[in-house]
Amino acid sequence: MIDLRPLVLSLELAFITALLLFIIGIPLAYWLSGSDFKLKPVISAIVSMPLVLPPTVLGFYLLVAFSPLHFPGNLINELFNIRLVFSFEGLIIASVIYSLPFMVNPIQSGLESLPPTLKEASYTLGKSKFQTLIKILLPNIKPSLLTGIVLSFAHTIGEFGVVLMIGGNIPGKTRVASLAIYDEVESLNYHNANIYALILFAITFTILLIVYILNGRYLKLTKI
Amino acid sequence: MPLDINIQIEEGEFITIEGQSGAGKTTILRMIAGLLKPEKGKIEVGNNTWVDTESNCFLPSQKRGVGFVFQEYSLFPNMTIMKNLEYALDSKKDIRQVEEVINIMELEALKERFPQMLSGGQKQRVALARAIVRKPKILLLDEPLSALDTRMRIKLQDYILKVHRKLKLTTILVSHDIPEIFKMSDRVIRLDKGKITNTGNATDVFQKNYISGKFRFAGEVLKIEKDDVLSIVNVLIGNNIIKVIASENEVESLSVGDKVMIVSKAFNPLILKINN
Repeated sequence: MIDLRPLVLSLELAFITALLLFIIGIPLAYWLSGSDFKLKPVISAIVSMPLVLPPTVLGFYLLVAFSPLHFPGNLINELFNIRLVFSFEGLIIASVIYSLPFMVNPIQSGLESLPPTLKEASYTLGKSKFQTLIKILLPNIKPSLLTGIVLSFAHTIGEFGVVLMIGGNIPGKTRVASLAIYDEVESLNYHNANIYALILFAITFTILLIVYILNGRYLKLTKI
Repeated sequence: MPLDINIQIEEGEFITIEGQSGAGKTTILRMIAGLLKPEKGKIEVGNNTWVDTESNCFLPSQKRGVGFVFQEYSLFPNMTIMKNLEYALDSKKDIRQVEEVINIMELEALKERFPQMLSGGQKQRVALARAIVRKPKILLLDEPLSALDTRMRIKLQDYILKVHRKLKLTTILVSHDIPEIFKMSDRVIRLDKGKITNTGNATDVFQKNYISGKFRFAGEVLKIEKDDVLSIVNVLIGNNIIKVIASENEVESLSVGDKVMIVSKAFNPLILKINN
């Protein structure tokens, strides 16, 4: 029988990451979609970097930054008594950074695709920017929100390089499913590796399938 | 192109801004609504200053209490018609205002529908209703009827006039449609390349160009058929091709594709009613 802890850890990590990203991603995407701030291209580039950067690069820098020997790792260690390297908390922060574009980009393009008169109409009706965002903009980009949540969830499950660097593959603590597969293969347990791989395969396929079905239905409904 | 204007509008007046596209009509409305900041200028309403670039004063859109009807309706797709109207309220307690507007605009039957299920005319009626729920002092209409067919247009014009009179609104309409301007406006402002070229009542403003003892139509030369002494010039006016007889020296200066003006004295034109 295989150890289920890596799978549970993977799902836990993905769930918390997606939740945090949803909270962070909406204001960030909203700001990026509306701002004409001069440094906006710089921010956009930073947000999208994890798309192209080798995960090991990100993992390496996070490892250095989270280390209790350097800033800001030493500060966090002192203030909150949290050690971010080789810990689940560290994995969460690394995953949030690593999956950021998968949340921000769909929401941003969703917001940008809405006609500007929609929010202007809301402003002339006396509603603040915040009310407009909650009541008008977000409800009209539900498919983008769903895409953002699911992509960042699935992408976190699929992480390998970053979690290996920052988490260090500690059983029951930071050994997530993708690492467990690697471990099993290394010790020539192909059968176990296959079970992990198959479960991950099934989970990610199902999630993506549900998104495409739901979004397809939503688009059909609004097109009438 | 700089927009450089100075206008004063009386309370309760119905003003139409007319002009070519790109003349700055929509820009004026957007500045009054607070959706656009002028680089330099002043907007005063009653005793309040809404915009004064010199003292860096800018009252946000939310606080101006204007009604704005957009050309593309801009109803909220995630809400029913009723919810669209309720959204405009400052407090749920004022629900009477929504009911009143539903009555004026005859929207009872559409209340529970979503905007996607409505025709263009119905959508625009709802957009107009939503703009007046808050009982604005100023109503801004940005070519609200241009996407509708003539019959729907006339009906909506009646609704707008009804609302204007009943609520004693100061209304500013952007329109290209000359019959519409004649029907609706107390005063017309003609705008050209960011400047006011003419203002007055509709008859005054359009007299020079449009009312005379002649018919004048602009058209384009499609074909010139030469006969012995005379030529027949085919001219496209709107969707009609008109054949005009022209003498040799008249034809000399013409070639296919030229823009021309066809003029005729209107001594005795026939008027035929078109049945809708």
